[in-house]
Amino acid sequence: MIGGLFVYNHKGEVLISRVYRDDIGRNAVDAFRVNVIHARQQVRSPVTNIAHTSFFHIKRSNIWICAAAKKNVNAALVFQFLYKMVEVMGNYFGKINEDNIKNNFVLIYELLDEIMDYGYPQNTDTGILKTYITQQGIKSQTKEETTKITNQVTGQIAWRREGIKYRRNELFLDVIESVNLLMSPQGQVLSAHVSGRVQMKSFLSGMPECKFGINDKIVVDSKRQEPGATSGGGNLGGGGKAGHIAIDDCQFHQCVKLSKFDTEHAISFIPPDGEFELMRYRTTKDISLPFRVIPLVREIGRTKMEVKVVVKSNFKPSLLAQKVEVRIPTPLNTSGVQVICMKGKARYKASDNAIVWKIKRMGGMKEWQLSAEIDMLSATDKAKKWTRPPISMNFEVPFAPSGFKVRYLKVFESKLNYSDHDVIKWVRYIGKSGLYETRC
Amino acid sequence: VKDSMRGLAVFISDIRNCKSKEAEEKRINKELANIRSKFKGDKALDGYQKKKYVCKLLFIFLLGNDIDFGHMEAVNLLNSNKYTEKQIGYLFISVLISENNELMRLVQQNLKNDLASRNPVHVNLALECIANIGSKEMAEMFAPEIPKLLVMGDAGDTVKQSAALCLLKLFRTAPEMVPIGDWTSRVIHLLNDQHMGVVTAAVSLIEALVKRNPDDFKGCVSLSISRLARIVTSSYTDLQDYTYYFVPAPWLSVKLLRLLQNYPPPEDTTVRNRLAECLETILNKAVEPPKSKKVQHSNAKNAVLFEAISLIIHMDSDPSLLVRACSQLGQFLSNRETNLRYLALESMCLLATSEFSHDAVKRHQETVVTALKSERDVSVRQRAVDLLYAMCDRSNAEEIVGEMLTYLETADYSIRGELVLKIAILAEKYASDYTWYVDTILNLIRLAGDFVSEEVWYRVIQIVINREDVQAYAAKTVFEALEAPACHENMVKVGGYILGEFGNLIAGDARSSPSTQFQLLHGKFHLCSPPTRALLLSAYIKLVNLFPEIREDIIAVLESDANLRNSNVEIQQRASEYLSLARNSTQDVLATVLEEMPPFPERESSILAQLRKKKPAVEDAIRARGEKQQQRPASGAADGAAASAAPTAATPTSGGGGGVKLQGDIAGAESNTDSDLLGLDFGGSAPAAAAGGGGAGGGSVDLLSSILDVGVSSSSSSSAAPSAASGASAQRKTVVVGAGASGSIVGEENWHKFVCKNSGVLYENDILQVGVKCDYQQSSGRIVVYYGNKTPAPLAQFASVINLPDSSLTNQLGIQVKPVGDRVGASEQVNEVITVDCMAEFSACPLLNIRFVYSGVAQSITLKLPLTINKFMQSSEMDSATFFQHWKQLSQPEQECQKIFQAKFPMDAETTKTKILGFGFSLLSNIDSNPANFVGAGIVQTKSGNIGSLFRLEPNQQAQMYRLTVHSIKPGVSKRLCELLETQL
Repeated sequence: MIGGLFVYNHKGEVLISRVYRDDIGRNAVDAFRVNVIHARQQVRSPVTNIAHTSFFHIKRSNIWICAAAKKNVNAALVFQFLYKMVEVMGNYFGKINEDNIKNNFVLIYELLDEIMDYGYPQNTDTGILKTYITQQGIKSQTKEETTKITNQVTGQIAWRREGIKYRRNELFLDVIESVNLLMSPQGQVLSAHVSGRVQMKSFLSGMPECKFGINDKIVVDSKRQEPGATSGGGNLGGGGKAGHIAIDDCQFHQCVKLSKFDTEHAISFIPPDGEFELMRYRTTKDISLPFRVIPLVREIGRTKMEVKVVVKSNFKPSLLAQKVEVRIPTPLNTSGVQVICMKGKARYKASDNAIVWKIKRMGGMKEWQLSAEIDMLSATDKAKKWTRPPISMNFEVPFAPSGFKVRYLKVFESKLNYSDHDVIKWVRYIGKSGLYETRC
Repeated sequence: VKDSMRGLAVFISDIRNCKSKEAEEKRINKELANIRSKFKGDKALDGYQKKKYVCKLLFIFLLGNDIDFGHMEAVNLLNSNKYTEKQIGYLFISVLISENNELMRLVQQNLKNDLASRNPVHVNLALECIANIGSKEMAEMFAPEIPKLLVMGDAGDTVKQSAALCLLKLFRTAPEMVPIGDWTSRVIHLLNDQHMGVVTAAVSLIEALVKRNPDDFKGCVSLSISRLARIVTSSYTDLQDYTYYFVPAPWLSVKLLRLLQNYPPPEDTTVRNRLAECLETILNKAVEPPKSKKVQHSNAKNAVLFEAISLIIHMDSDPSLLVRACSQLGQFLSNRETNLRYLALESMCLLATSEFSHDAVKRHQETVVTALKSERDVSVRQRAVDLLYAMCDRSNAEEIVGEMLTYLETADYSIRGELVLKIAILAEKYASDYTWYVDTILNLIRLAGDFVSEEVWYRVIQIVINREDVQAYAAKTVFEALEAPACHENMVKVGGYILGEFGNLIAGDARSSPSTQFQLLHGKFHLCSPPTRALLLSAYIKLVNLFPEIREDIIAVLESDANLRNSNVEIQQRASEYLSLARNSTQDVLATVLEEMPPFPERESSILAQLRKKKPAVEDAIRARGEKQQQRPASGAADGAAASAAPTAATPTSGGGGGVKLQGDIAGAESNTDSDLLGLDFGGSAPAAAAGGGGAGGGSVDLLSSILDVGVSSSSSSSAAPSAASGASAQRKTVVVGAGASGSIVGEENWHKFVCKNSGVLYENDILQVGVKCDYQQSSGRIVVYYGNKTPAPLAQFASVINLPDSSLTNQLGIQVKPVGDRVGASEQVNEVITVDCMAEFSACPLLNIRFVYSGVAQSITLKLPLTINKFMQSSEMDSATFFQHWKQLSQPEQECQKIFQAKFPMDAETTKTKILGFGFSLLSNIDSNPANFVGAGIVQTKSGNIGSLFRLEPNQQAQMYRLTVHSIKPGVSKRLCELLETQL
């Protein structure tokens, strides 16, 4: 029961204001601006309670998007809706920024009318929305067309319309994982987890039914009892020990038949047309960490410090990590930095109080090193000690650090005359860094 | 062009253009890194660069970021000779360097150099910085220096101006640090300075100084009057720079007028006439058509006018001026500006208390009443109420009270309580006809029962009981009031009490027969709170006495479980006692026990005290002035007696004190509140004041704080009484030598406290409070002893004698006493002035013997006079070389006295410091190698010569012991000082 939705620019000026329920008054818009956007102290919490009204906000670049609710709503639902809304808007007009919002003013209100009704989220699927909210101006639709849309939107398979036809039936599958890590200076893992998602792009004719197989422990175990189960592809990265992984929790796109998953542990679905996120999951066990950072910090007196950082890549030598970036924080009273590194480029970035070391490409099983000398200005106030924030890292590797593997993806379309073998399938694994930090 | 600091401008515009907080933070981080690398860099920075970076740091700091470097560079800037660089340096220091930063020493050195500089601009910068930091340390360091700048002949105007303001700031932080010297007299002459800026600054300083000791600055009165005359008579073109929207020097005028309010009207007639002329001119100018429509013009003009009016009110001597001021204020009453109306009402309030303008104020009664009704701002309405209260007298009381009552119905809740009190007071004070009074108060209870405090209805009952003529009327009115279907609980209380006492007076009327009266009262019984129920029970038993025919009904009520077994103990007890009284006693016993209340002793209205408690400042002002014109009969005396008189009347009859309680309720409550308000509550307030070292206490008017108040202004007010008696004192011997102490010495602990301080309570018992306040200058001192009578009866044959227990004291001390009269009135206090000259060093302690007769019993109290050798000691400063030289010189065995003793008090360095300073020694740092030790010096000044003394105190925290060594020229002195100091540690 979201009462209203507001969009502000970075100055706190209201760009979009849509009130769904009467319990949200006009002053709610100002209340959020005054208490959150213009608050003297930066508001960290995404949920703020002002005068018995809850405000849930997210930020995209410099835009604040805020949902206000008087009732005790499910906060997770509200945020999920906000993210969906951002996604829908992104799909319609690209990047969310002030100019784009101003230029698509009418469209946004039209969308807001559709995706939410009396505070209850409705259909937020871009594919469907695009069937009746178009950007090509007003195109009068025939009666049949409108009934078709209505039937489809209210029908059983709301996410896919009938009569889609492609000359080439193609399917793209991306497994995108982000690794989060916190490591002690001695190399002990303090916490690590992977959050991954399976992104799919389908260009299939008709109403195909797909079956998706992964190396999840439960699925594999249940399959093992059935005869004729095919084994998966080769080992890419480190991966699970027995070739299967333990997924802590997962969620699926609405097209997945959950009943089938519950009974047979099979992921079966009729995909929407175009791009969508098939599933999302999280693992915490047996993660193969692609990189290790070994820091060595030596403070020489009060005005000098030596830092040595070694980065080790820990995956197959044939693979290539990209966009590797190591951030080494420097003390707040740094007055000068000399950096030496053999590989990549390193630079002291004063505005971030950090040394940023960028490596474009890095093969597996390599070990590269950076050393830096930091000069400091002796502070007048000695009481404050530098807290040594952790060294953080960014990268992209072409495998799934959790060991997640796609075992098969089968397409069945009984009515049209193409079979599983005619579909061209592309599978890609991307491992990214989330919060990848090593204490120093 | 190089001086324009382009880098700074670019940086600031960058920050302003930042779209988000994060971007701003990044930009600042970058800049900070840049500045750090510049400060750290090998290249020496020139002054301009340093200034630029320090400026940037300052800007970053003001944006809310922490700055932890650059302080050194800022201090370096102070060494520059360029104005801008020095200025930025000082700015950074006054904004960013905390008081206890170690760089402060460097800064102070620089400040010293700049103060001594020949360049007035540099001196100004230093002065500004000192004022901006304004710490205690700064005051310590520079307070002695700055006055020199102020009176230096060749100092520039701007320097004088800054010096005056800087000194003012230091005076406000640490008044004790600002020395009194010959400059004080010369500072007055700054009022004659050519430069208006200097005068304005100087007036502010003088006003602050005048508050401390007005006598030293008496000369400023005539000077400021002539200065004021020059401003007032000048046209706005004369003082070009200091004319503000056609008003010549409004700020200066206001300050001068305010300064004059610290003094009584000048005695010299020419001066006085001149002042009157000035004030008249100001009043004349007020009626002139405005020279500008701008609000600033009228604001400035009115500011001067209002200050002039408050001066007129303060002087309270010139009737024509007062009347003119009043008519001027009358015009403001109908002004459009709410603020003006407010101020006009406020000033009129004070005017109304002056005998000269009281009638003039009364003329505006109607306007004020309309203001009360139609004003939109509650604070203005409040003032209107105050003014009506102030302007009320016998002639218009009925009208004003009537208006107030009508207003009460619609009044704001915030002022109702006060309004009720005021109506009650006015009704009582100006009641010519007591039926009117009773009507008014009952009306009051009816209209605003919730806001009627206990005191109000106590007072009605006191008055009704004391005046026979209204009793019947009161009973009738109360009866009628109770007949209303809903009435306030306070009304029930009054009704219960009055019907209980005087129900018989209206029993003849068939409409108010005894049983009707009882039924009426009992009808309200169940709606009341327990205290009221208890009171009603008393009323019932009284009714039993008055009307035996309804006895059975009442017994039934008393018997009911609701009363006899009530969970409230008070009700239960009353019910059971009254029940047995009603059942078992004969009519005679009943008649004695439940006799009609005796009249209350006359006393000051407790309501007045209540009102004063609510709004101390305004009421006191009005009251103080009110007392001047109408000698109000002093009354508080009988207060304590009231509480005790009532019980004694009934105790012999052992019925349980039924009738007593009723009065006890009232009398007991009364005596509580009264004693608080009249300041008889010594127990609570004395320690507080003593701890505060004699600072005047809070709002309550307790005797002790008035002692100290009198002490401050004693020179003028206290001289009258003693001088009258001084003729007689020639015969009376006030100083007795050698006579053994008559009676044991009391108050020894208090005496010890006086070793290190100069004022407080020396002795106190139930009858008498003895306070002491002393001043010592060099070898002579003045001790003012205050005797406060705490009892409601006078102390007769009062006499005090000073005993010198050791005959040698006669040669060592010259004591003269201005004795007190032989009688101390009830709750009065008198003072005795003792002047002492120290001829030579002494060790014995004079005794003060006080004799008086209280309620027929002769009393004698002997106290030790807090007069010790260290009182004549002045601290002296010296460096370590001199100290050690003296120390060695005075190291003969008889000159040295050393004691090792256990600490009596917690060993806290700070308290020890204050004790030593209070004792009279200086504290010299950096002399003893151990910083925990205390080292100091002092000079005992006697008529026969000065006695230098040095001391060293070594605390031992583990053992809780001290080792104290005193070196002095005279052997006796070192011994005595050692003994005295020992008692304090």
